[in-house]
Order: sequence, then C-alpha cells, then structure tokens
Amino acid sequence: MSIQDEALPVGTAPGTPLLRVRDLHVEFRTRESVARVLNGVSYDVEAGETLAVLGESGSGKSVTAQTVMGILDTPPGHITGGSIEFKGEELLTATDKRRREVRGSGIAMIFQDALSALNPVFTVGFQIEEQLRVRRAMSRKDARKRAIELLEQVKIPNAAGRVKQYPHEFSGGMRQRAMIAMSLALDPELLIADEPTTALDVTVQAQIMDLLKELQLQRQMGLVLITHDLGVVAEVADRIAVMYAGRIVEHSDARSLYRRPSHPYTEALLESVPRLDLKGTELRSIKGLPPNLADIPSGCPFHPRCKRVRDVCRTDVPPQHEPEPGRLSACHFAEELVAGD
Amino acid sequence: MTDPSTAASGSSVEADQFVTGAENAKPTTTKPRSLASDAWRDLRRRPLFIVSAALILLVLLMAAFPFLFTQADPNYAELSRSRGTPSAQAWFGYDNQGYDIYARTIYGARASIIVGLVATALTVLIGGTLGLLAGYYGGWLDGLMSRIADIFFGLPFVLGAIVILSSFGSTGTTSQTQILFLVILSISLLSWPTAMRIMRSAAITARQQDYVKAARALGASGPRIILRHMLPNAVAPVLVYATIALGAFIGAEATLSFLGLGLRAPVVSWGVMIADSRDIIRVAPHTLLFPAAFLTATVLAFVMLGDAVREALDPKMR
Repeated sequence: MSIQDEALPVGTAPGTPLLRVRDLHVEFRTRESVARVLNGVSYDVEAGETLAVLGESGSGKSVTAQTVMGILDTPPGHITGGSIEFKGEELLTATDKRRREVRGSGIAMIFQDALSALNPVFTVGFQIEEQLRVRRAMSRKDARKRAIELLEQVKIPNAAGRVKQYPHEFSGGMRQRAMIAMSLALDPELLIADEPTTALDVTVQAQIMDLLKELQLQRQMGLVLITHDLGVVAEVADRIAVMYAGRIVEHSDARSLYRRPSHPYTEALLESVPRLDLKGTELRSIKGLPPNLADIPSGCPFHPRCKRVRDVCRTDVPPQHEPEPGRLSACHFAEELVAGD
Repeated sequence: MTDPSTAASGSSVEADQFVTGAENAKPTTTKPRSLASDAWRDLRRRPLFIVSAALILLVLLMAAFPFLFTQADPNYAELSRSRGTPSAQAWFGYDNQGYDIYARTIYGARASIIVGLVATALTVLIGGTLGLLAGYYGGWLDGLMSRIADIFFGLPFVLGAIVILSSFGSTGTTSQTQILFLVILSISLLSWPTAMRIMRSAAITARQQDYVKAARALGASGPRIILRHMLPNAVAPVLVYATIALGAFIGAEATLSFLGLGLRAPVVSWGVMIADSRDIIRVAPHTLLFPAAFLTATVLAFVMLGDAVREALDPKMR
C-alpha cells in the first residue's frame, strides 16, 4: 500500500509498534444516506506511550476506537478499508474468537460514562472477578483477592468493603476508578480511554488523569486518550492526533503542537480555549458547524470554516505535508503556519 | 418514593443514599442492596401488594392443600339436595347435581392455578427466549421471529383456542391430563408473541447500554453477554407481564371451560363450575356467584400484584 509509506505518522520507530492503524475507512449506512465517518485514519502507538486523539464531536474519535476494539455496531457501521495491526497481527481479518482473546487481555477500553458502563445489577467486585474467572480460570477466592488488589491499585479506599457494593453506591470519580480497575484486570498492553474524564468534575478529572498516567508508567502500557479537552491533553500526551471529519489533520508531538500548530483547525481549537488573561473579551469560537459526514465539502473539508482559506482549498484535498521533521499536517499551507505567517 | 404514607418510614434509608461526599472517610457499614432486595423493601410497604399477595397465598394454599379448608368430598353428589341454598352445612349451597359448591370451589382452585402457572411459565419461556435472541442478534433473525410473532398475534385468542382445542381435543379418548395439557398449550401458543415483544424491546434497550459494549470490549462471548448482562437487565418488564398474564390465563381457562372446550367433568375447575351453572342461573344464582367471585378475586389479585411489582421494579416510578 502506497499510503502506508506516504502517511507514516511521526515518531514511528522502526520495527513493529504495539498498535498500527493504517488508512482506516468506515461508513455509516442508513436508508437515506451514507456517512463517511472515517476517511483514512492512520496512527501508531508504542508501548509506554500516550497518544491523544483530539477533535470535536462527530470527528470520528470514538468510531476509530470502537473499530480498533471491534465493537463497532454493524449495521450501521461498515469498515470499508484499511488495516489494524496489534503487535504485528492483523485484526480486521482475524477470526471472531481471536479478536475476543485480544479484547481485554491485549487491548482494553474505558468508557466516558462509568455509570452506564457498569452493569447496575452486579456488584463492582463481581464484574471485575467475572473476567478473571472466565478468562484466567481463577477460583472465586483468588479472583476476589485480585479484584481487591486492582481496586487498591486505582486508589479506592476500603477496597475490601467496596468490592461488595453496587455501581450506584459509588460516586462519579469512584465509578471511573472502578471502570479502570475492570479494564486492567487482564493486564492489557494497550488501553483506549474514550473521554474518561468528560463526565467528571474538574478536580476529579485531574485525579483520574494522574491515575491513568501512573498506571501507564507502572505497566508500560500504550495509552490512546480520546478527548476534546485540550487541557487534559497538555499534561499527559506524548503525541497528539487532531481529527476533523474523519481524517487526522495534524499529527505532532505535544510540545510543538502547543507551541505552533501546523493546521488552521488546531490553531482555532487552541484559540477557543478560555483564557484568564483575556477575561472580559468575547470567547473565541470556531465559526460554523462540523461538516455533515454524508456530504463532506470538496477540497479540504475544513475550508468553509477556515479563516486562512484560499482558492486551492476549495478544490484540492490537501495531501499530508511534513512541515517540520516528525510532524504531519493536512493543510496546503502547513509550512507557512509553522514558519509563522 | 412519592407516597406520603411511606415517606416517614423511608427517610432514614434515603438519608444514607445521599452521603456521597463522606465516602472517602467513612467505610460504609450497611450491607449493599441489590435491585431485587430494594424492590422487596419497597413492596413490603405497599398495601396493594400486601392485599394481593395475601389473596394469592390463600388461593395457592387452597390449590395445594384443599383438605385444610373443607372436609366435604367435592365429587359426592346427592340429587335430593339439588340447588340447595347456602346453609350451615354447605356454606355456598349445592348445585344442580347436588354437589357441595364450597368444596368444589376450594378443590377447583387447583386446576385453575395449574393452568395459570404452567401456561405463564411456558409463555415467558418461549417468548422470553425468542425475544432475547431477536433483540440481541437483530437483523434477519429479528425480522423472521417478529413476523412469526405477528402471525400468532393476529389470531384472535378465543377463536384460535377453539380451533386448536376442537381439532385436537374433541375425541372421546383424550384423558383429563391431555386436555389440561392442551388447554395450557393453546394458551401459551397464542400468548407468547406478547412476551416476545416485551422481551425484545427490553433486550434492544439493554443491548445499547454501555455496559454491554464494555462487556464486549473486555472480550465477553455472545452467550455470556446475553445471559449475564442483558437478561438481568431486561427481565423486569417480562416478569411484570407474567404476573398480569397469570391472572388473565386463569380467566382464559374459565372462558374455554365455559365454552365446553377446556377442562370438563370430572375435573373440578372454576370454569367448569361456571359452565355448569349456565342453565340454572335464574333459579339458583348462587351456583354462579361463588365460583365467579373466586375467579374474579384471583384474577384481580394477580393483576394488582403485577402493578405493585412493576412500580417496585421501575426506579423511575418512585
């Protein structure tokens, strides 16, 4: 595949990465229309590394994660192209049985809303133990011991008592911790966190992010952090992939991205973060709405909202530029942006 | 918990639930409660539930141990006391054949309850299983099962039952157990689509929950997801339907017996008794009154129980 060489993401070490996503295409087919939700998403994640996937609602962040996990609902979702390799093994063509083996013990996922992601009719402990008993053939007693250990690892006080409680008896932050404990039960090598802090208040957000970071260091896990919160990303991400209309429009290491974005969309995102020193002035926002995925604009999909739009943007889909070594940007004028107008 | 009469007794429990900020400091000492035990606590405070449960318990006791309630033999007839009115010897009087109506009403509970219970179990089992599968797998399987259900749903209940019972049960050779079995079968066969539809929609709702997605994301297999994660969360509406259906099925048995298609003598059932009183209603109304009153009370008790259970199992109604 020629795209593989062309769109090779930054920071790719030679050899096989933990997760390699290449040119992933996903469509949502409904009776009325076909929405092209992913249009060639490529990224790599190494062990011990954090990749943040950033974007608005509907940009395809979560769909990418669900496709990687293999829990995309078909219908309406259809994978129309691309490849997902986990430690060199192609997942899209793997058998259902093999995919299930990878889920949980290879790649695990935590969800945005822990209350709805925990089964209300079972105790938290039971839900952690269930996996251990079924997948690791542990006895009830051993599984209970391990569940308590896991809850202690995610810093739930009085884990031995808490293990017997139901999800509704946990507070929001506690539930997310329990969810994390559950996803770590089978010692996955890669953890996908789909907006893990969105449903939490700010102080708890920071705790959960610290916890994730700490667990990642301990276990040398790869972490894919899906979020729309630039503040969350800044602290933990090694690399950032910015998504727009089902494409990765900018892919860069975190530091350079914050210093000088190489895509107008990233630039606009950074500008729309509320700032204390601009108190009293109007809050900046990106004009317009995200594109209708059933009818993506011609040329660069961002051009109707872009303040740097020129004629070429309306007609030509921008190829991946490498404005600086180790950065990728899907903008015709990436070099100008990096050089600073 | 909007019921003002229960507010006072429930306040201590509710106060406990709102303590969330202190959870880091204080290890909770109260035993955690499951949905079922929660529902049970709620039920025990409802007068509707207590009355209906007491009634049902009484009827069940009658069905299981009829000799506790009467010494009289329900199958002993004496024509000389035909249509005798209620008296100290026979509280409910005697019917056309001179049977003791009180004894027969007590003994009649058994057949009615057996038909109700077994038909409900069968209906829930068939409908629930198919609904769960249709809801989980969707696609063509769902389409096929739903269309089959539509066909059965389209059959008018009484007409369908008449056709089934008269084509398989009319021959003189069929024994009483066979007729009982046939009545049960025809009721379940015509009722499972309702249970299936209820279970299907509950399963579809459960399937879209994040915890089912999470279970899949953690590598759970299809059967495990269906049985462990979807069933417990989808079973409540079907349980409610089952309690209400139980009453309706007891009524259906009486209807079929009245039409002469269901149970018949020498089996004693409320429906048979009502059928027997058909021709003498005007001269001896008590022959109809007592079995009909028992039937109505039992059906009502099950419907009320269903209501109470529904409210207890549905957190949104509190």
